[in-house]
Amino acid sequence: MDYSWDFGPVLSRFDMLALGLLNTVKIAMVSIVLGIIVGLVLVMMRLSPRKWLAWPAAVFIEFYRNTPPIVHFFWFFYALPVLLAISLNPYVAAVLALSTQSGAFYAEVFRGGIVSIERGQWEGGKALGMTHSALMTRVIVPQAISRMVPPFIERSFELLKTTALASTLAYADLLYQAMLVNSETFRPLEVYTTIALMYLVLLVTASQLARMAETRLTAYQ
Amino acid sequence: MNTQPILEVKGLHKSFADHHVLKGIDFSVKPGERVAIIGGSGSGKSTFLRCLNFMETLSEGEIWVDNERIGVEKNGRITYPEKQLCSVRERLGMVFQQFNLFPHMTVLQNVMEGLITVKGYTKQDAHAVAVRELAKVGLSEKHDAWPGRLSGGQQQRVAIARALSMEPEVLLFDEPTSSLDPELVGEVLRVINQLAEEGRTMLLVTHELGFAYHFATKVIFLADGVFHEVGTPDEVLKNPKKPRTQEFLRRFSEFAF
Ligand SMILES: Nc1ncnc2c1ncn2[C@@H]1O[C@H](COP(=O)(O)OP(=O)(O)OP(=O)(O)O)[C@@H](O)[C@H]1O
Ligand SMILES: [Mg+2]
Repeated sequence: MDYSWDFGPVLSRFDMLALGLLNTVKIAMVSIVLGIIVGLVLVMMRLSPRKWLAWPAAVFIEFYRNTPPIVHFFWFFYALPVLLAISLNPYVAAVLALSTQSGAFYAEVFRGGIVSIERGQWEGGKALGMTHSALMTRVIVPQAISRMVPPFIERSFELLKTTALASTLAYADLLYQAMLVNSETFRPLEVYTTIALMYLVLLVTASQLARMAETRLTAYQ
Repeated sequence: MNTQPILEVKGLHKSFADHHVLKGIDFSVKPGERVAIIGGSGSGKSTFLRCLNFMETLSEGEIWVDNERIGVEKNGRITYPEKQLCSVRERLGMVFQQFNLFPHMTVLQNVMEGLITVKGYTKQDAHAVAVRELAKVGLSEKHDAWPGRLSGGQQQRVAIARALSMEPEVLLFDEPTSSLDPELVGEVLRVINQLAEEGRTMLLVTHELGFAYHFATKVIFLADGVFHEVGTPDEVLKNPKKPRTQEFLRRFSEFAF
């Protein structure tokens, strides 16, 4: 094969790709934060002794674990507006899809951390007369957090990669911008190689940051 | 002396699935009593103690604390509101075989925790109590240590200080020295003995029969899910009447010297 590489047309539109990268980071960060909130609510429901709280949470989590992520994007973008008789812009729909997905998975991460705390810790607190919620916030969760960090980081990386699906809703993320550049330059090899490298740099940087955070959060052990 | 019991148990049964562990126990503790509970492994000593402060749910029977029946009757069923259980547990302090200290808190924070979250003390007040209780168990120099860095004996003394800080009316000890190296048993038993001298009301599950003899005002031999023999230390440990008790004690003295 003799293909002559030419990154020139792509690099001259690098500002478009940079904007895409920025949007990818933005949507990932917003979805992680919202996902944490969704995950916390879900795990509190899931672990509640009250069945009418635990059940819906379990169903919600199972639903997300057993459906393809792209379906959630389509559902929030095309289906939810029908239900609510409003239209959602791609950004909002993608954030909803990403944060509910990650929320469901974060809930499982949080639950894993919580149930890994030995029974003796619950008993030690209970024996003092602590309520369930006091025990949770003062004794169980603080210890569980350090065990949640590695799977949490792993899930967040999944989310970061899943943001590329937002391009299917025409959200101007890195992949979507690459498609635009490609349609202007007809240089798919250069365009998609470039953004693959950009994703790589993004994820490697994120993993360095995550490693620093991890050593911080697990310091007391 | 005709004082009212602090703690009363009526017709207590406890099963785990179809394993019937406790088969009808009636029992009461008066202020100042010290009860040692002995019995074979798996006979239900821990289960009995844990039923008292509702670490286990009762299968049947009643627990009365300060002449108050624990549990609320609702449509013919007994329910146990969390608030009431917390109050019972606050009044019945418990010390575990495995200490169950909070590893992410310092020694001082461990002792302050219940005071702050349960009794609503200010930090300063909780601090003052914790300092006092830690001094009592001889751990004044360990305030800022992490529990994981202490010896088993020291950890258990922190756990005792933590229980004492709540000013419980009764202390429940479940084999407090069983997970300790032999040379560390003494320091914990000395602390418990000191509590006995203060006249505290205590229940102690133990395999340390020698200590039980000196410590207890009453000894209970638990077997087959019932209180098989109950009496003074002399009656139960020196002159047991029931063959089952005699057999149990014989196994203990087999290698005495
Ligand atoms: N949570 C539980 N689920 C099922 N069975 C249990 C549970 N806790 C205790 N048991 C069973 O109940 C019986 C009594 O246990 P318990 O721990 O009260 O005995 P014990 O007298 O304290 O024994 P040891 O001297 O070994 O501590 C045992 O047969 C035990 O296997
Ligand atoms: Mg036991």
